[in-house]
Amino acid sequence: MKARHKRLAFIAVGLIALGVATALVLDAFRSNLVFFYTPTQVANGEAPQGGRFRIGGLVEPGSLKRAANSLEVRFVVTDTAKRVEVVYSGVLPDLFKEGGGTVVQGRLAADGSFHADQVLAKHDENYMPPEAAEALKQARRVQTTVEVE
Amino acid sequence: MMHWNSVSDFFAMGGYAIYVWPSFGLTLGAMVLEVWLLRRRANKADVA
Amino acid sequence: MGLFGINWYRYAAPQAFYPLAGKMIPWFAAIAVTLGISGLYISLCIAPTDFQQGEVYRIIFVHVPAAWMSMFIYLVMAGWAGIGLALNARLSFMMAQALAPTGAMFTLLALVTGSLWGRPTWGTWWVWDARLTSELILLFLYIGFMALQSAIEDPRRADRAGAVLALVGVVNVPIIYFSVEWWNTLHQGASIGLTRAPAMAAPMLWGVLLMALAFWAYTIVVALMRVRCVIAERAREAHWLNEMREST
Repeated sequence: MKARHKRLAFIAVGLIALGVATALVLDAFRSNLVFFYTPTQVANGEAPQGGRFRIGGLVEPGSLKRAANSLEVRFVVTDTAKRVEVVYSGVLPDLFKEGGGTVVQGRLAADGSFHADQVLAKHDENYMPPEAAEALKQARRVQTTVEVE
Repeated sequence: MMHWNSVSDFFAMGGYAIYVWPSFGLTLGAMVLEVWLLRRRANKADVA
Repeated sequence: MGLFGINWYRYAAPQAFYPLAGKMIPWFAAIAVTLGISGLYISLCIAPTDFQQGEVYRIIFVHVPAAWMSMFIYLVMAGWAGIGLALNARLSFMMAQALAPTGAMFTLLALVTGSLWGRPTWGTWWVWDARLTSELILLFLYIGFMALQSAIEDPRRADRAGAVLALVGVVNVPIIYFSVEWWNTLHQGASIGLTRAPAMAAPMLWGVLLMALAFWAYTIVVALMRVRCVIAERAREAHWLNEMREST
């Protein structure tokens, strides 16, 4: 009888722990449904004021500047409509590149720039060998030239 | 057809070996472990 | 008379299935091994590198099939649980019970391989975005189902309680699948879908599909092995209970 009670108590504690964990995870789920805001939303004042939040968008080509003697980098996150200047000090992920997707976490400073403490790279769902990507790029270039003509 | 030029290239995985090999290893390991555990359980449960 | 009929239905059906399952196991095991070896060969040796991610993208060949199986097994498990509730069929409940640990294993593998992929590509092991969080909830649902089932001593009540939990949890599966479309997530959208052409080069696609089919055959093998264990264990328990009742 005693062993059985022990087992039941063990299982009850386990189920309670699981319930608490689920509640915490559901809370994380609810508060992260908006995982990031777009630069347009930030410009419209839809992002939380004063607190930490995330901005997602593309790294504007040509905007990435590295400081000469520190890890500080500056770049512009854009959704093609609005842009936000980001300041970050740290190592950038492998897939971070100009023209690529990114999600940055931090706070807005008084001057309107975004001070990030975490920079993540967001990649898309396309997978292909480099030669195919190159061919696709060429094809697009030809297409745009034709359209321009 | 073969993607790799050498065996060491294959194992290096373009510098991502520490991420790629554990992914495949853990997956295969978990499957082998599950089958092993089930065989043990079957031996114990089998009345015949 | 009626009692006699129910008893026959309850005990004979699993017992008839027991040897049948035993005969099916080697066939599906052979399919799983054949597909698995060819899938691994394509994934690791034939498939080209990816233009953005380099070789690290190869994690896709275990991550995506594991994630698919984690959701698919849950749907099948809930289906068996529903049939069990509707028809009061013991074998259906046993099938649901046999699928849960394998579903939990694939969920955990999807999370771990995803983490190993996220670190080099995104720059983080984990984020609380809708895709990752809902997949974690799936793991908790599997664990909850197994814990609930083992916590209740009477197998009939355990089956029913587990089945209700499994059915309630079904709502999470479309949330996982469509999370990348419904909400802003760090996780990218689906590369392979039923409604459009895959966003993936052919050898890569073949690798993913072969690995997914191998995982599918593997799941049938272990589910059949486990349902045989459950049948044998319950039969032994019933036998033992009967003997005890007779002796008192």
